[in-house]
Amino acid sequence: MTFLVLRRLAQTALILLGVAAITFLLLYALPADPARMIAGRSATAQTVANIRHELGLDQPLPVQFWTYLKGIVHGDLGRSYAQKTDVAALIAARIPATLLLMAAGILVEVVLGLTFGIIGALRRGGTIDRIVMMASFVGVSAPQFVVALLLLYMFAVTLGWFPMSGFGTPAHVVLPAATLGILGAGWYARMVRSAMIDVLNQDYVRTARAKGLSSVRIILRHALPNAMLPIIAMIGIDIGQFMGGVVVVEAVYGWPGIGQLAWQAIQQVDIPIIMGVTLVSALAIVLGNLIADIIAPLIDPRIRTR
Amino acid sequence: MRVLKALLRQPAALFGLIVVLVVVAMAMGAPLIAPYSPDNQMFDGLTIEGAPLPPNAQFLLGTDTLGRDLFSRLLFGARTSLIIGLVANGIAVAIGLLIGILAGYMRGIVGGMLMRFTDLMMAFPALLLAIVLAALLRPSLWIVAMVIALVNWVQVARIVYTETRGLVERDFILAERSLGAGHLRILFRHILPHLMPTAIVWGTLGIATTVLLEATLSFLGIGVQPPQPSWGNIIFESQSYFQAAPWLVFFPGAIILLTALSFNLIGDALRDILDPTQRGRG
Amino acid sequence: MFKRWLRNTTMATVLALVPVSVWAQDTPQQGGDIIVTYKDDIATLDPAIGYDWVNWSMIKSLYSRLMDYTPGTATLVPSLAETFGVSDDGLTYTFKLRKGVKFTNGREVVASDVKYSIERAANPKTQGPGAGFFGSIKGYEDVSGGKSTTLEGIEVPDDSTVIFHLSRADATFLHVLAINFASVVPHEAVEAAGSDFGKKPVGSGTFVLKDWTIGQRLVFERNPDYFVKDMPHIDKFTVEVGQEPLVALLRLQKGEVDIAGDGIPPAKFLEIKNSPDGPKMIVDGQQLHTGYITLNTKVKPFDNLKVRQALNMAINKDRITRVLNGRATAANQPLPPLMPGYDKGFTGYTYNVEKAKALLAEAGFPDGFETVLYSTNTDPQPRIAQAIQQDLAAVGVKAEVRALAQANVIAAGGTEGEAPMIWSGGMAWIADFPDPSNFYGPILGCSGAISGGWNWSWYCNQDIDKRAVAADSMSDPAKVEERAAVWGKIFTDIMADAPWIPIINERRVVAKSVRMGGADNIYIDPTRVINYDAIYVKQ
Repeated sequence: MTFLVLRRLAQTALILLGVAAITFLLLYALPADPARMIAGRSATAQTVANIRHELGLDQPLPVQFWTYLKGIVHGDLGRSYAQKTDVAALIAARIPATLLLMAAGILVEVVLGLTFGIIGALRRGGTIDRIVMMASFVGVSAPQFVVALLLLYMFAVTLGWFPMSGFGTPAHVVLPAATLGILGAGWYARMVRSAMIDVLNQDYVRTARAKGLSSVRIILRHALPNAMLPIIAMIGIDIGQFMGGVVVVEAVYGWPGIGQLAWQAIQQVDIPIIMGVTLVSALAIVLGNLIADIIAPLIDPRIRTR
Repeated sequence: MRVLKALLRQPAALFGLIVVLVVVAMAMGAPLIAPYSPDNQMFDGLTIEGAPLPPNAQFLLGTDTLGRDLFSRLLFGARTSLIIGLVANGIAVAIGLLIGILAGYMRGIVGGMLMRFTDLMMAFPALLLAIVLAALLRPSLWIVAMVIALVNWVQVARIVYTETRGLVERDFILAERSLGAGHLRILFRHILPHLMPTAIVWGTLGIATTVLLEATLSFLGIGVQPPQPSWGNIIFESQSYFQAAPWLVFFPGAIILLTALSFNLIGDALRDILDPTQRGRG
Repeated sequence: MFKRWLRNTTMATVLALVPVSVWAQDTPQQGGDIIVTYKDDIATLDPAIGYDWVNWSMIKSLYSRLMDYTPGTATLVPSLAETFGVSDDGLTYTFKLRKGVKFTNGREVVASDVKYSIERAANPKTQGPGAGFFGSIKGYEDVSGGKSTTLEGIEVPDDSTVIFHLSRADATFLHVLAINFASVVPHEAVEAAGSDFGKKPVGSGTFVLKDWTIGQRLVFERNPDYFVKDMPHIDKFTVEVGQEPLVALLRLQKGEVDIAGDGIPPAKFLEIKNSPDGPKMIVDGQQLHTGYITLNTKVKPFDNLKVRQALNMAINKDRITRVLNGRATAANQPLPPLMPGYDKGFTGYTYNVEKAKALLAEAGFPDGFETVLYSTNTDPQPRIAQAIQQDLAAVGVKAEVRALAQANVIAAGGTEGEAPMIWSGGMAWIADFPDPSNFYGPILGCSGAISGGWNWSWYCNQDIDKRAVAADSMSDPAKVEERAAVWGKIFTDIMADAPWIPIINERRVVAKSVRMGGADNIYIDPTRVINYDAIYVKQ
């Protein structure tokens, strides 16, 4: 077991190194000259050359990458070109907001997904099932930015139920989390439904039912735990999906998370921030999968034998 | 034919097929149907103050913020979405098949390397990666298609890999091998045909994802370049008019949703028909 | 002559003490907290580094400089300086500092602080974008070359006197001492903060930064010890960042926000303008801005003068102003109308499709040609680029629009032979200081036509360059008018070579809540954007 964990950790580190290398290569192959951007429009050629030297941009690419890697080990992700400050500090300041949004989004997904999935499974083949499944399909097919604009317009501007933008109170989190969650809820609903149906068809459940156990009990005791496993695996995958999704959602709702930071940096071609956010996102994805893999056997002992 | 008949029996899939056919007709017939050129910025397409016109007799779905006919732009936008949907997703499925099969069939060092590379790509936040790439490369229709393909092949590769590994262990392949059949023969005669249902299902479902991704990139202003219309960039150009001119967001938004929904419905129905054991996502 | 001018400027200082009463309809009230919003994070508040239009006005208010401007105008007045004098040859400037001015850390501001601050801004280690502005101070080359860290041209005989020795006459030098890079900072605070001074600013301006929550808000409170009585007017302003302009406006209409810093999206503009409270909420004024298309003189066929002239006649500028809902006026020369030297009588090239076609045919392109038009990718710039594209198509020129992130467009413009045409919208030149010379050197002069430069036309006319140098050495204050006229002629003569198509002069539109007071030019200050010192809340 310890060996397996160590191996996974080593793999994780390698994957992150690969992500860093690829991102670094992509970003530094750019036509935009960072020194020129820092220098601004009135700078003389001398000023630009001086800045380039101060930043070490006149060094060969491998040297720059090595310097960057050495920085990462010390928790140093470089300095932002546009904001002239530590990237690590900028990202750290914004991570709590993004985590909160993601947690709220996952909550929406799981609650909606379980509800619709269970309803669908219990009413399998009926009209309600069809409606629920259709709704889940509409959910997964809706462009996130359109949903965001729609919710914003309906519930914040017209009805005034929620604040339009910003961060701080529980009311602020509702619309962004709903936007993130609605998209994924459809997948969860479909998955829960099929997992439940599988269980409901099992012999032991049929037996239980024949013995006169109530449906609710069957669901809570047998079907639900069985559906939890894929849900946990999905949450792991979702962290990756959300890392991209937050870019759009945070931009529309003015949510002070790393998605907003990333989008701002992309527009300003602020390479150190783009690098940093990509690395942090990759770390989150890898950890998400790792945790899902660790939790799964705790819930379902059968997996350990694999 | 059997598949088509089965599809037609399902109301949801039938609905999806009809919508897809309509969209294809829009794209193919755009020059014939469109009342105006999609790029024509008409003088009477704006109010004196420079605001777009709501739907009316002259402009069926209203005009956009440059005085162009929205209906015509939506028609030509269908071309953009379909081209990207087919090309980007076709490439993604092709790459996914190739890498998945090779990794699953060859095992050993090469297979291991390929799978590690796939793991590596899995660790990239897909949408973020697409946004970064699209923003940094010179955007155009083909670049957008390439970016989407680069991001979307990973999932296909993983599924194909798992299936190929399952197939390789199966008796008939082992039998072929023991009879001395070449690798190519095994790959093309036995493995690939068995993977076709997967490829078809993912090819269809992937179009939905692709259409949404293209719209998202264009919505952020880093997708298809103006004046070429795409459903996403129509919304991008008009998002600040959301309140004053809701039709500019509503119509393209609705057609993106309908198209993605239809491909999802068809793909799901195909999955049930071609491979009833495989359910849920992934 | 100098004495008389000096007296006049001191008069102006008196005006500066009560500046707003001159401009506003009602007397400014003291007190009040307001909320300002922006979309992007605020970059550094370090005056030697900060250089965008959002932090520009905040830095102005956090620090003070030897010179400053009367709020809402381009009139130079002494600020941290009490008086100053210029030698007859224009090479020596002597400043007497105001007594008893304190940094917000409690220490008194002395002459050596001025020297330290400017040397810091000029030092390459600081990585400041404004170093080049101090190029006329003696010894600048040694500092920028890394041979020295002190400027021999700045002399500090005592705690209240600073003397500048210039290596060449520089008519813009007083403006240079009024730009943010010349802000005075206490060395002990800079050293204590290290590279984080931009997040922990200490100055002697009208406001103090009380709190900065990254990605969310900055809180500025009035400096109770500021050296001008009753300045500033408001007690506090909170800057909320990450707010989409559209959302900010909706909040402003609800009364949750006082100033929407990013302006008004076109769609909302008409709606608010036509609403009952509209006129009270919209501030619509001229700024020192020209939007233009650069025609790359080093790329075929734009090396052909006739082609450049033809395209100057091909653009329907009135339609573009209509796409912008009338928030701009058509331009015909590089200088904006408010800039000294602007030639009112100049008509430039008028819109004439037939003539444009004829000229193109004469140049050897009867059927037009294909080219590329770059633009930034934030609304409304790609739309304007498309309007231009349609006009070009009408004379047979097929331009492919490339809408990219701003930084990528700037990079393309600064690469020789790369970008044939660039629409400057979204990054157009807004003057650093209100002097026509600032519209020449970097964007039209030979010195800017270098790799990584901002002269995207790659236009270099040695003759004009010589005239520009001559104009800039006319530092005698009595010749201000004459100098402006010389500059005006330079720009209209440049138009004969047609390296640009001047398109529009965009007005700046700011939205403010109904309770905000102060004249329009306080919200669209020519040297500050928003003048936080002068705005006030009506009770």
